[in-house]
Amino acid sequence: MDYFLSEEQLMIKELCAQIAQEKVIPVRAELDEKEEFPWEIMKVMASSDLFGLFIPEEYGGLGKGSFELTIAVEELSKACLGVSTTYAANALGTYPILLFGTGEQKKKYLPDIAAGKRLVAFGLTEANAGSDAGGTRTTARLEGDHYVINGTKQWITNGGEAEIYTVIAITDRSKGPRGASAFIVEKGTPGFSFGKKEKKMGIRASATRELVFEDCRVPKENLISKEGMGFLVAMKTLDSSRVGVGAQGVGVAQGAFDEAVKFARQRVQFGHPVIGFQAIQHMIADMATEIEAARALVYAAARYADSGAKDVTKVSSMAKLFATDVAMRVTTNSVQVMGGSGYMREYPVEKMMRDAKILQIYEGTNQIQRNVIAQNIIKEAAKAK
Amino acid sequence: MKIAVCIKQVPDTAEVRINRETGTLIREGVPSIINPYDTHAIEAALSIREMLGGTVCAVTMGPPQAEASLREAISLGVDEAFLVTGREFAGADTLATACALSGVIKKIGADLIICGKQAIDGDTAQVGPEVAEFLDIPHVSYVKKIIEVNAESIKVERMMDDGSDIVEAGLPALITVVRELNTPRLPSLKGKMNAKKAEIKKMGAAELGLPPEVVGFNGSPTQVKKIFTPGPRGGRKQLEGPLEEQIDALINELLEKKCL
Repeated sequence: MDYFLSEEQLMIKELCAQIAQEKVIPVRAELDEKEEFPWEIMKVMASSDLFGLFIPEEYGGLGKGSFELTIAVEELSKACLGVSTTYAANALGTYPILLFGTGEQKKKYLPDIAAGKRLVAFGLTEANAGSDAGGTRTTARLEGDHYVINGTKQWITNGGEAEIYTVIAITDRSKGPRGASAFIVEKGTPGFSFGKKEKKMGIRASATRELVFEDCRVPKENLISKEGMGFLVAMKTLDSSRVGVGAQGVGVAQGAFDEAVKFARQRVQFGHPVIGFQAIQHMIADMATEIEAARALVYAAARYADSGAKDVTKVSSMAKLFATDVAMRVTTNSVQVMGGSGYMREYPVEKMMRDAKILQIYEGTNQIQRNVIAQNIIKEAAKAK
Repeated sequence: MKIAVCIKQVPDTAEVRINRETGTLIREGVPSIINPYDTHAIEAALSIREMLGGTVCAVTMGPPQAEASLREAISLGVDEAFLVTGREFAGADTLATACALSGVIKKIGADLIICGKQAIDGDTAQVGPEVAEFLDIPHVSYVKKIIEVNAESIKVERMMDDGSDIVEAGLPALITVVRELNTPRLPSLKGKMNAKKAEIKKMGAAELGLPPEVVGFNGSPTQVKKIFTPGPRGGRKQLEGPLEEQIDALINELLEKKCL
């Protein structure tokens, strides 16, 4: 399918495909096996200007939108979701500053982020606050010119590796969801440390760690937006990043599908390449159709977001939900098409299947996405009356 | 520091097939790339510029489509690009090519000239040293390490059949480089965008002040007589039997041939 990408968009796609081919594919199995953070690849992406893709030109970025980020994430995800998660989580952590930061905050942090000098992470999830953000226990108390943060964030992507953290903490428990606020915390701030590094089923090149705050004092200027805006910051951040998870789904599905087709053309049984058998052909046809449908939805959602539309929540949830469910089905069926070979680590699809599972879980489980979509439909219907 | 890099656009030989009858490459449908050795020359130039400041320009001779290679060089960070092109250059051997390339370098001036050790299509490894001769400057070929470079001189390690030499040369000088020297960078997005807009300066023999008899076919003392695929080397001997016996036989053979 031709999505009529502009010349610049084609350049982004080409460059990311080149990075995937030359720098990611040769090392992805090893990074997975050793659970090693992909620093070398991040450095290449930094010098290729990819960290500045979605950051305005005045802060040293390229001033592109959600759609360009989608293309980049999709290409990287074809090769390795661990690597693309590291890259996409950096964007996730940056959105609170980009969307709600003061001029001072943007000037202080965005140029380094755009240059890929400092990696970013977003800290929302806690032991008792995942789908239910209302369960947040981490607190921030104003004391003179500083906020004092206490609590523990869990399963934070890029935790420990990132230099800049955007973190949600409760500043006024009595106000419920309106009592949360967002803060910028830099690595190395006294009272801020890292807990255990998680061992995961997939995306093992990506680092997932606890953030531990013990009387961590951050300057008052590190508050993003105003007190009480924390959940709104988090929700708008997720609205912006969700399409990227959809793009990861499209990418990993395409990556696995390409492997399955290549294999099915070579593998001979009963005297024929197995791709000649209708059982395989129908699976391949279904996979290709689903991938294309997912891509069309993800691209449409990204372009809608870039149009400046305010109500992006529903469509971005749809894109995340559909594309990541497709990713799980397609990676699973790619393993099936390849049979015993698909199950072996010698081929990349077993990793892709393990990796794909997280897409249905992180940045809002697909069950939560369905809730969000339904809530928006109910709201729209009520308004239409 | 002003650095010039000589590059060549070549067919991607990883994907090229050979016409068995004529012995020539089948170029149709084969993508063109920057000669891989030249990408190491570009990388060397860019890293010297990062250290010492200055500019890097890329120079090539070729048909109009060779412009694509120069744009690729710009996407990697090269500042300026020159394309020597025109019918008068057709049929050039290494001498006529070196004459044309040195003509551009004389015109733009350079403190250091870096070339890949050879092109993967012709494999002569002559053009670099010949350019240095035309410019009447020192050259060091097969450079695998740049030890030191400053405004006056360059100190390098060059590969030899029996090890390596450390050589220092006063600038201006020319070096040709091997793959071991560095890992070429990937382009950046800003570089790719620049490359699209960049002006590629085109020059013909007249602009370079070169008379017709020194360039192209007329300026080429060598001519291709026949192209063929060399047959396998003879004189091979295959050892057989248990491994220990093979090792003994190999040692005896090497002793007999005075290799050990």
